[in-house]
Amino acid sequence: MTPFLQISNLNVTLGQTHPILRSVDLTLSEGETRGLVGESGAGKSMIGKAILGTLPSALRVRSGEIVLDGEDLQRLADKDRRRVIGAKAALIPQDPLTALNPSKRIGVQITNRLVDILGWRRKAAEARAIELLDEVHIPNPDRVMRAYPHELSGGMRQRILIAAAFAAEPKLIIADEPTTALDVTAQKQVLKLIHEMQQRHGTSLLFVTHDLGVVSKICQSLTVLYSGLVLESTGVDEFFATPRHAYSRALLQATPKYTDPDASLTPVPDPVIEATQREVQMFDRKQAHV
Amino acid sequence: MTLLKRALAQLCTTAITLFGVAIVVFFVVRVVPGNPIAMMLPPGASAEDISRLEALYGLDKSILHQFVIWLGGAVQGDLGTSITTRQPVLELVLSRLPATLELSMMALVIAVAIGGVLALTGTRMRGTRVEGAIDVGNGMALSVPDFLWGLVLILAFGVLWPIFHISGRASPTLDFEFATKFYLFESVLRLRFDVWLDLVSHMFMPALALAIPLAAIIAQLLKQSLKETMHLDYVTLARTKGYGENSVILREALPNAILPTLTLVGVQFTFLIGGTVIIERLFSYEGLGNMAIDAVINRDLPLIQGIVILFALIFTAVNLVVDLSYAALNPRLRHG
Repeated sequence: MTPFLQISNLNVTLGQTHPILRSVDLTLSEGETRGLVGESGAGKSMIGKAILGTLPSALRVRSGEIVLDGEDLQRLADKDRRRVIGAKAALIPQDPLTALNPSKRIGVQITNRLVDILGWRRKAAEARAIELLDEVHIPNPDRVMRAYPHELSGGMRQRILIAAAFAAEPKLIIADEPTTALDVTAQKQVLKLIHEMQQRHGTSLLFVTHDLGVVSKICQSLTVLYSGLVLESTGVDEFFATPRHAYSRALLQATPKYTDPDASLTPVPDPVIEATQREVQMFDRKQAHV
Repeated sequence: MTLLKRALAQLCTTAITLFGVAIVVFFVVRVVPGNPIAMMLPPGASAEDISRLEALYGLDKSILHQFVIWLGGAVQGDLGTSITTRQPVLELVLSRLPATLELSMMALVIAVAIGGVLALTGTRMRGTRVEGAIDVGNGMALSVPDFLWGLVLILAFGVLWPIFHISGRASPTLDFEFATKFYLFESVLRLRFDVWLDLVSHMFMPALALAIPLAAIIAQLLKQSLKETMHLDYVTLARTKGYGENSVILREALPNAILPTLTLVGVQFTFLIGGTVIIERLFSYEGLGNMAIDAVINRDLPLIQGIVILFALIFTAVNLVVDLSYAALNPRLRHG
């Protein structure tokens, strides 16, 4: 099966030279859920931003391909790229409190992609939005459509954002740490909901997180990133049984286990971090010679 | 708070404000040296004449007594009689009010148009030389006060390249009977665009002089808050939906970024109205401001009081309008 999303040799830099993503390769098949893990600053969110075309203005894609459903995004004109992304991909953002426009009604924020970008009739888009709100278990969808974000709770808003992400039946959803801003109970519900929606709609999911426990529950595969370099890309079962990279092993030991919650945790040891940093430096040196 | 309660509260505040203004103005104009009687009589008038005139205008009574008499009339809508023209003050100020309102409204429209376009262009072109040029232009516009802009404009478009009229409100040769004092509105309503054009070519320069500093403030503040809004999550989310830069600025950022600007425009607009006093003088425009200067020169106490009270009333009305439009634009305040 040809992968639905194929990123190859993606290099993103800050300014002219400082590397943010180092020759990243990543594939995602239809319906697959891939976890993208790494510590803060590893560049995991940047991969999502590079796909969606929302990199901060100081960052540039230097080289590489991002092929989404057969279209090489880097080769498309800005306008076409935006359209392709709007139609085929969607983002579930991190913080539900800031990701909804405070001056717009919920209904408009779900339907605007359908109406403005994809040319749906307003009535049809509204019917679709109500259907989606129902799917994410929002009571009184009609009333919520007319509400403003400040009238709803954080959990409700996250569910609305999930509904909005699925509005155009995208083939790819990028979830950028969608549970980080929520409390533990809400986290569990939101995870379950994303999983449920993804299964029902057959969407591919790129799940950006630093929580390996979450990865083990909903992902089929995962990619470990350190300093913008892919250390390991493998199936989830394989990873948890026999992690290949020393950094991955250390990462696993630093994650609480559901089977043994009282076991003491070891932070990633310094020698492992130093070795991984040397690996990054060696990679850069090799790149410089090419 | 219900709308009715809010309106009542606003009314009370307005009444107290006006009362305060009345006290201050009444006593200040009487403490300042120079008196109207001396201005009316030729030098060397007899003491008898002076006291007779003082009695006629009630100026022989104590200041407190005068104030009570004046206040009693004012609450019934009688602001007294002008000393120089012997006409009722209310009639005089109301005859000039429309001219000043039209001038300030036109200045406001120009300021919002120029400021808005500059802010949007600056946001669209952020980080480029265009934005830099806008910032420099703003700095220049702000560092020169409105009356100096008036002089610059007179020199440029009245003398060197005379395309606008530099004085008055309408050409004396204009063959048109106005039924109201709102010349500009009336010319539009009666579809006389030749008259409208003549009026605008008189009003444009004073309005522009008033508008330039305000336009710069709007451009600067709106651009700043637009740029901040552009980094927020909901703007990023809108980008991923497929919206281009222009729609993101206009649809997502602008409705939220405009709120702080709106408050400031309300405050600055009252300064703009204050600016009409000198600008109207400069362009010989027959409005309230021009009348105010004449009233001060002639020590026409009742007229000064009337004009100041009217200005105070306009200021509170502007603030009320800003409050209400703020609530209308910001859904978070609607149920508060």
